[in-house]
Amino acid sequence: MTQRTLHGIKDDVIFMGPGFLFFTVIVLISFFMGVFYSFTEWNGVNREPIWIGIQNYIEIFQGDDQAATSAVFTAKFTAVSVVIANTLAFFLALALVQPLKSANVLRTIIFLPNVIGGIILGFVWRFIFTNSVPSLGAVTEIALFQLPWLGTPETGFWASVIVFVWQRTGYLMVIYIAALLGIDQNLIEAAHIDGASGWSILRRVILPLTVPAITISVFLALSWTTKMFDVIFSLTRGGPFGSTETFAMNIYFEAFQYNSYGLGSAKAILFFFVVATISTIQVLVSKRWEVEA
Amino acid sequence: MTRRAYSRKYLAIEVLVLLVGLLFLAPFYFVLANAVKPFGAIVQNAASFPEGFYYENFTEAWRVVRFPRVLFNSFVVTSVSISGMVIMGAMAAWRMVRRPHRVSRVYFVLFVAAMVIPFQSVMIPMVKVANVLNLINTLHGVIIIYFGFGMPLTVFLLHGFVKSVPKELEESAYIDGCTTVQSFFRVVLPLLQTMVVTVIILQTLWIWNDFLLPLLVLFREGLHTIPLGIFKFFGQYMDQWGGALATLTMGMIPIIAFFLALQRYIISGVTSGSVKG
Repeated sequence: MTQRTLHGIKDDVIFMGPGFLFFTVIVLISFFMGVFYSFTEWNGVNREPIWIGIQNYIEIFQGDDQAATSAVFTAKFTAVSVVIANTLAFFLALALVQPLKSANVLRTIIFLPNVIGGIILGFVWRFIFTNSVPSLGAVTEIALFQLPWLGTPETGFWASVIVFVWQRTGYLMVIYIAALLGIDQNLIEAAHIDGASGWSILRRVILPLTVPAITISVFLALSWTTKMFDVIFSLTRGGPFGSTETFAMNIYFEAFQYNSYGLGSAKAILFFFVVATISTIQVLVSKRWEVEA
Repeated sequence: MTRRAYSRKYLAIEVLVLLVGLLFLAPFYFVLANAVKPFGAIVQNAASFPEGFYYENFTEAWRVVRFPRVLFNSFVVTSVSISGMVIMGAMAAWRMVRRPHRVSRVYFVLFVAAMVIPFQSVMIPMVKVANVLNLINTLHGVIIIYFGFGMPLTVFLLHGFVKSVPKELEESAYIDGCTTVQSFFRVVLPLLQTMVVTVIILQTLWIWNDFLLPLLVLFREGLHTIPLGIFKFFGQYMDQWGGALATLTMGMIPIIAFFLALQRYIISGVTSGSVKG
């Protein structure tokens, strides 16, 4: 008996040991160290972190205008982008499940930006907004092309939304397409025969049946937008005047540009709680919605 | 009834979505059209069709970015990280399902919880941990860090999948005298293939394109991955758009080729991975 358990323990270590070890050392320990650092003053100059209690958290809420600006930007950007990307993705999916000749090609094209790195895409759009769009504006004299896209906070915000929607809609669309193809065609035929219009079929049959896909897609879109980093890092680097700086970028700058690791850690932990809470609430809310539908 | 005639209604939808498709392609046009223009022509009109093929942009970018080097680094980091992640993740997931245990149950909860931790929330102490363990400025260091961050999703997806695999085959392998390790690699792992492909695809899209983690731990130039190499190039040659656009084009080609070659798997992998997650 002891031999068998010994054997079992050996197998446990062989099978689960390496994976658990890397995860523990890299992620878990880092996370708990981060919680500790968030209560310290630690700037790399005096090498040892000094315990200062909740000072960093007070600092974030009271004295850090740029943190507030970036939090507001992230919230606005998240709300607007999640809605636009999901709506566009849903209607594109609805169109591409129809028997269209170009359906497959379009699915590929619209998905394509997803496979390319955010840092590349941000630079691509920086070129477009600072060079191609003005050229189009000069030739066509269309006012939309003549805006200083990356030059003002307002247009910078919309430029960020445009790039995000262009980048991620295809991913969400693919999820919606799978959901729409999974709907039992008989239900739609039955509604047709009962005399339902296209619009009411969409609202009363198709939409309720795609709620699980909506849950997933909104969840994904939320996790991309709240953690937005590389696309905007290369698109605007947070400018003009820090107006398009995301909270994730704010943490990065705080820690690795201003070397205040303690304050940066406090922001990082706060960020974790906000992101985790938003995700949890969203999943709970849409699960309830699923049951009712 | 399902195959209705291609009516006028469909034609209208088709035209509409084709226009949307063109909008989605437009950025690629701007990059490609300008990547083959000399600097003067870009400044003059950055939307026009190119008049010739100015390939010097590419030769210069190839040299400055040290493209073969960064391509090689990206390839090594992505392939080794993912191979290790998949093998360790599959082994752990299988054991966790077949021989549940107090420790493995706790870890399952931790993996699920870790999936909502943003990378930016752990990156600061992670750099310190990496420093202590000598993982900074080496390719194997980044790979080990990816093992840690990749484990939650890998285990989570495979854990769900192992449950759907019948036990009988592995049991008959035991009877034939295989050790646990042998029966895992000969019998179990091949059965997990579908989900392993999904994991590989999702993790490739992440690691190949990842920027922030390499930025924090790879400083030496010879170790840069593609996103990092491009970022550094832009830091130095900000206003020379010709070479910059050539760099962006070269940076996109490998992953676009990967996507077009494996499109079917990638799209179904994305779908099944998201539905599970």
